[in-house]
Amino acid sequence: MRHTISVMVENEFGVLSRVAGLFSGRGFNIESLSVAETLDPSVSRMTIVTSGNDQIIEQILKQLNKLISVIKVVDLTGVETVDRELVLVRVNAESETKAEVLRLVDIFRAKIVDVAPRCYTIEMTGDGGKVNALLQLLRPIGIKEIVRTGRVAIARGM
Amino acid sequence: MTGAEIFVKALADLGVDVVFGYPGGAVLNIYDALFKNTKVRHLLCRHEQGAVHMADGYARASGKTGVCLVTSGPGATNTVTGIATAYMDSIPVVVFTGQVPTLMIGNDAFQEADIVGITRPCTKHNYLVKETKDLARIMKEAFYIASTGRPGPVLVDMPKDVLAGSAEYALPKEVNLRGYRPTYEGHPRQVESAVRLVKEMERPVIYAGGGVILSGASPQLAELAHILGIPVTTTLMGMGAFPGTDPLYMGMLGMHGTYCANMAISHSDVIIAFGARFDDRVTGKVDEFAPHAKIVHVDIDPTSIQKNVPVDIPIVGDLKDVLKKMIRLVKGAKEAAQYREKIGPWRGQIETWATTHPLSYKRGKGKIKPQYVVEQIYALTKGQAIITTEVGQNQMFAAQYYKFDRPRTFLSSGGLGTMGYGFPAAIGAQVAMPDRLVIDVAGDGSIQMNIQELATAVQYRLPVKVVILNNGALGMVRQWQELFFQGKYSQTCLPQIPDFVRLAEAYGAAGFRATRTEEVTEVLSKGFSAKGPAVIDIPTDPDEMVYPMVPAGAPLTKMLLV
Repeated sequence: MRHTISVMVENEFGVLSRVAGLFSGRGFNIESLSVAETLDPSVSRMTIVTSGNDQIIEQILKQLNKLISVIKVVDLTGVETVDRELVLVRVNAESETKAEVLRLVDIFRAKIVDVAPRCYTIEMTGDGGKVNALLQLLRPIGIKEIVRTGRVAIARGM
Repeated sequence: MTGAEIFVKALADLGVDVVFGYPGGAVLNIYDALFKNTKVRHLLCRHEQGAVHMADGYARASGKTGVCLVTSGPGATNTVTGIATAYMDSIPVVVFTGQVPTLMIGNDAFQEADIVGITRPCTKHNYLVKETKDLARIMKEAFYIASTGRPGPVLVDMPKDVLAGSAEYALPKEVNLRGYRPTYEGHPRQVESAVRLVKEMERPVIYAGGGVILSGASPQLAELAHILGIPVTTTLMGMGAFPGTDPLYMGMLGMHGTYCANMAISHSDVIIAFGARFDDRVTGKVDEFAPHAKIVHVDIDPTSIQKNVPVDIPIVGDLKDVLKKMIRLVKGAKEAAQYREKIGPWRGQIETWATTHPLSYKRGKGKIKPQYVVEQIYALTKGQAIITTEVGQNQMFAAQYYKFDRPRTFLSSGGLGTMGYGFPAAIGAQVAMPDRLVIDVAGDGSIQMNIQELATAVQYRLPVKVVILNNGALGMVRQWQELFFQGKYSQTCLPQIPDFVRLAEAYGAAGFRATRTEEVTEVLSKGFSAKGPAVIDIPTDPDEMVYPMVPAGAPLTKMLLV
């Protein structure tokens, strides 16, 4: 089963490789990982999407907790969260497809952030499903390049 | 003060009395500062791997943290096997490495190695010191992390400019790490449930590992076992955690465990695991391990629990605390006597397994049997020696035929299985316990992996004894080839073995040899009473094998017996 794990870590060099090394050394799988500073500049938050059976997830959570540089680990799975990914897509924009691209951008509440003579670059945020849906609709028009972030997630306010 | 002076002063202030090390370019400033100091003793080893094993042996024998100091690059990479050994067995060791100056890091400078990167997966934690002012604090944290919770090795990498630079000396009084808060107190409700479960059952077994020794919980373990009359088995790492001569002791379990211990664990209905981790050498085929048993698992490291086998009652905490709580719940209760009575038939069954299938080997007049040698070592030392081992048959024979009544008397590389561990570890143990008899039970293969440390033993007049069970082969690997590879001894015969007696003498140690069974006792006795370090070479029967043996991947009940 897929899990989203939020990990608060010391904001110091080498922490990412400790976490990444833990996953690779123990054969755990990372589907995506994103990391940035938090409100407290001495702390960073990593959002890791991983998968495995209950026993593996239990080990992942425990092993993460065991790292000295890890301050707190929360499994967001089963918690009400808002989660988002960001995608940048460069798509063909010939005269006959421009209108269709603009329509999709409008429907998905995306943005066009760069315009070139024969292509547009689209920016969109959303959960994984929404990102996939946009990409599916753009594909027949001709996607030239995709850059996609990992998932970030935050628990819903009470 | 310079970084190097801070380093030496902090060592003294942290209570370090001895450092095992090897100098080099990147740590010249430290060696200069050590030259002037009178508080910290430095032992010059002959190889950095030996230095870490010595620090490890020192730690295992004394319970204190072992300290090691080496230079950058090859000095640092040579420590890796020693660090991994200590990591697998949870031994508190702090390794200090020199590093090229900060500005050169990453430039492939002379004698540069990314030792922090290399040792990340085999240390409990490691540090690269970036500024001189951080050095004392990091040292304090390193010792704290190494010795608390589940102990383990910590590496501190120190660039040359950090050691040459200056800062005020500020060793913090306390350590506060928000990401490191080990749980020492076992949850009382979990402890109660565990005791309740055990009381309901009829075929209990205590399974004790190295954690009991690390926690200093041997007296409590013995007390609990005796109150309830529960039979005890230990892992290799747990040898000495429970008295080897106690009537409740069943011997070691696992691949080369006793018939009794393996049958007992396989037929038990409840296992209480203290500071052990259900390693594959212990469980055999894990799906068929203890099929009828409920499992109570007590460990200070939550990751050990539920890792290899499903656990019914997990308890995270220091074993000493948990055992004390358990004892409080059962002590003096009339129920304890009733319980002992209830499990009487189980004890009877165990007694039968023990008497029908004791550890045994074929005695005879021919070639010297390695088991016999270990029995004689036990008899001569009256069980009072500190025994270290190398890895392989020598290790298993030592574990099977020497009875360890006290913790910290059996030092062996259990997790990593490092050949070449035993001799430097014996030197480290001798430094920690100058008045004890320390004996390395070695093989002719393993001893050659760190034989250079003979020079260290001789230089510092450390009277360690090495008994080489010399079968002219890599015995354990040969045993597997004999049993599972149709006797094709691929690369396991050692036809070119040095004359260990003359080799010992060349190093300035004493050398002895027994060639016939009748001589063994006398030669051992002579060797043990030698003033300085001594090597006792004993040619043994190359066809002798370690039994019982559970083939890899088989359940514990499928033992090969003599």
